[in-house]
Amino acid sequence: MVRFFGILVGLFFTGWLLVSFVLGAKEFITNPPEKAVYYDYHLDPKEVSFASDGPLGKFDRQQLQRGFQVYKEVCAACHSLRLVAFRNLAELGYNEDEVKAIAANWIIETPDIDPATGEMSTRPSLPADKFPMPFANDVAAAAANNNAIPPDLSLITKARTGGAPYIYSLLTGYQEAPGDLPDAAKPGPGLHYNPYFANLNLAMAQPIIADDQVAYSDGTSATIDQMSKDVTAFLVWTAEPKLEERNQTGWAVIAFLIIATILAFMSYKSIWADVKAEKKKKA
Amino acid sequence: MSFPWAKEYTPTTAFGQWMDEKLPIGRLVYNSLGAGYPTPRNLNYMWNFGSLAGIFLVVQIVTGIILAMHYAANADIAFDSVEHIMRDVNGGWMFRYAHANGASFFFIAIYLHIARGLYYGSYKAPREMLWLLGVVIYLLAMATAFMGYVLPWGQMSFWGAKVITGLFEAIPLVGKPIQELLLGGFAPDNAALNRFFSLHYLLPFVMAGVIIMHIWALHIPGSNNPTGVDVKGKQDTVPFHPFYTAKDGWALGLFLIFFCLMMFFLPNALGHADNYIPANPLSTPAHIVPEWYFWPWYAILRAFTFDFLFIPAKLLGVVAMFSAILVWFFLPWLDTSPVRSGTYRPKMRVAFWILIVATIILFICGGAPAEEPYVMLSQVAGAYYFAYFLIILPLLSRIEKPLPLPNSITEAVTGKPLEKAS
Amino acid sequence: MATVDTGVETMDPSGSGDGEDGVRRRDFIHIAAVSFAGAGAVATVFPLVNQMNPSADVLALASTEVDISAIEPGQAIKTSWRKQPVFIRNLTEAEIADANSVSVDELRDPESLADRTSDGKENWLITLGVCTHLGCVPLGAAQGEVKGEYGGYFCPCHGSHYDTAARIRKGPAPTNLEVPEHEFLTDTVVKIG
Repeated sequence: MVRFFGILVGLFFTGWLLVSFVLGAKEFITNPPEKAVYYDYHLDPKEVSFASDGPLGKFDRQQLQRGFQVYKEVCAACHSLRLVAFRNLAELGYNEDEVKAIAANWIIETPDIDPATGEMSTRPSLPADKFPMPFANDVAAAAANNNAIPPDLSLITKARTGGAPYIYSLLTGYQEAPGDLPDAAKPGPGLHYNPYFANLNLAMAQPIIADDQVAYSDGTSATIDQMSKDVTAFLVWTAEPKLEERNQTGWAVIAFLIIATILAFMSYKSIWADVKAEKKKKA
Repeated sequence: MSFPWAKEYTPTTAFGQWMDEKLPIGRLVYNSLGAGYPTPRNLNYMWNFGSLAGIFLVVQIVTGIILAMHYAANADIAFDSVEHIMRDVNGGWMFRYAHANGASFFFIAIYLHIARGLYYGSYKAPREMLWLLGVVIYLLAMATAFMGYVLPWGQMSFWGAKVITGLFEAIPLVGKPIQELLLGGFAPDNAALNRFFSLHYLLPFVMAGVIIMHIWALHIPGSNNPTGVDVKGKQDTVPFHPFYTAKDGWALGLFLIFFCLMMFFLPNALGHADNYIPANPLSTPAHIVPEWYFWPWYAILRAFTFDFLFIPAKLLGVVAMFSAILVWFFLPWLDTSPVRSGTYRPKMRVAFWILIVATIILFICGGAPAEEPYVMLSQVAGAYYFAYFLIILPLLSRIEKPLPLPNSITEAVTGKPLEKAS
Repeated sequence: MATVDTGVETMDPSGSGDGEDGVRRRDFIHIAAVSFAGAGAVATVFPLVNQMNPSADVLALASTEVDISAIEPGQAIKTSWRKQPVFIRNLTEAEIADANSVSVDELRDPESLADRTSDGKENWLITLGVCTHLGCVPLGAAQGEVKGEYGGYFCPCHGSHYDTAARIRKGPAPTNLEVPEHEFLTDTVVKIG
């Protein structure tokens, strides 16, 4: 009985899938799907490397500090960094007093309740505070930015397919829309052409626009490319602050496991030696 | 329960004897995982994945309990509490990555365990109950994994919850109320998140209970083996300990090395970037996919693109997806060939490897966007998947002429016919 | 062919027939493998337990700065440090004199007021608001609360009385209210912790 009904059910599913395949294939041949207009213009992220790449990766703290400076002077006016606290900046090599000063002098104050009146107010940030949000809420953020909410940057290098190279490519990828671009893909009002963006046009105008837009204090030449790379490196750190600890722990654990596995294998071999020997003897 | 030549548990200490009278746990372990369990001597490395899956369930439970100490199941703060684990909790990133990647390695072990059972006929009499319990464990694992993926409350979590509960909507008449019942609302929100967390914490322990029954059911007939021939005598077996504990031990080391490479150096490779964006009910990610271990079923779901008479394609897809797993419950009675191992079934063996290829195609198609050629490929592969279980196996057992079976395991191992012991 | 069925039986994992050296070498491998696995398991326990220690964000709040300019003599405020109450009290001349008039040797927990306050800031008494008996919050910091028989703090849970230097004078508490580590950053800002 099971087999009888089984074959019936099987014939139905198998048959209908094959019929669907034939119908779909016919449709595919007679009426092939058109590629989206932006298919030919979209570009994959550029090849770019960072000190933090790979299992041996470490952060270049000098670069992270420069990247933080770019974030502070270019990005922070619109983009929040809500999961990162000022105290975390100590990991970039700032000392306690510097962290305190950065927090206290941050362009946006931390919202709090006035201890005297109980009303909403703001106060200078403390190292324990997270970076305050540039906009009070999403509606305010959208209203101030042509209806596009600037995404939070704390996790951005992990939250975008393509990761850090994608962010770097996006920052350096702004260009004039090509002349042969179909009308449907042309940047509308308030949009900017960038072939690294999924649908080619994004609301954010090119943020890093000129060399020396940020004055580096460590002598590094602040080219557009360098600033973009530095701020991307900084955002790799904000997204994965434990990266170095992770790589180091990983090597230690794997080294231990390799030795343990070799020992276990030798133990296994010796336990089975007699069974194998007996097999050989008789074969 | 066991073979007559199984070693007898003999406690050596006075305390051991006292315990053995009051609560014979030592005896239980000795007889199930120790020297008291005679195991076929010819098991190959495919037999390691059962214990590996069990160990990874333990890894998941331990890391999961730790994560639950820091996680907050509330739609407003769930995402941030996960980031709190990643950034501030001591070693929190390690537990979170171990748990996320551990789920994948658990499924790798479970899929290889199932494939081994399919090839060597481990589902056949007298091991039907063992197989059925295994299917139940797999279903529980899928439910647990799905609900676990919702907890970080990122974009994929939210839309995964929405799409999967949306499948129930396809059921005529009662579909919509069932979906609302599952979610406790009209879309995933606090109510859904809290119940998913509660069940995600509960189900692994239910699984552990079913696994105990699975092992119990295993010990009644004893392990199957690559020849599929029954154990004939003492010379066919070795004690589980130390022979298979040593083998499982070193295989565990190897599996853990792969796991740690993934967890420490590519921790997000099996995840999806969109899940690092907090859930947003107003915006769907461009390309929703479930976790990789659901891809074959997701491919079957999407392979049904045409209505059949009055049955809408959506409902067909849902029914087919569930049937694809439920068919395993009937497998012991669909395949009636008395020969267990594929090694001695020339035609079944070919059909089996085509099934593996079809399943790999389904894996690829399930992870790909719903466009051609993936839909057409998944239709062909899906058709074969159903045909293998429901048509090929039932018919094959009638027309296939199996190769001659060895008389015993020992004969298969040594290549010499068994001689009567003097 | 006795080897067929006796062979399996004699497979002792410690090995036999390899001579004495063989036995030792084989034993050594098993011991090494098992001890390595054991060491790994023990090493894993550390992070499993350590995750319960205070996390980085909690530790970041381990010190707090308080503005005390608004506290008049005779008043006290209750503030929060490490999620525990802290009493900051501006002692009057009379309270200071009262505290200094007690013979330190007779106290249950002998400490002078000077021991418990910063140099030159003898009027600022900063203590945890946690009774040393069983951890209740004593009364006496807020206006109108009972200050106990010695004019300091009174714990209502089991009746411990503290004097104006927050020293235990009567009741079950074993020691004085704890003075947290603190430092005056300016005349009006004190850093606790």
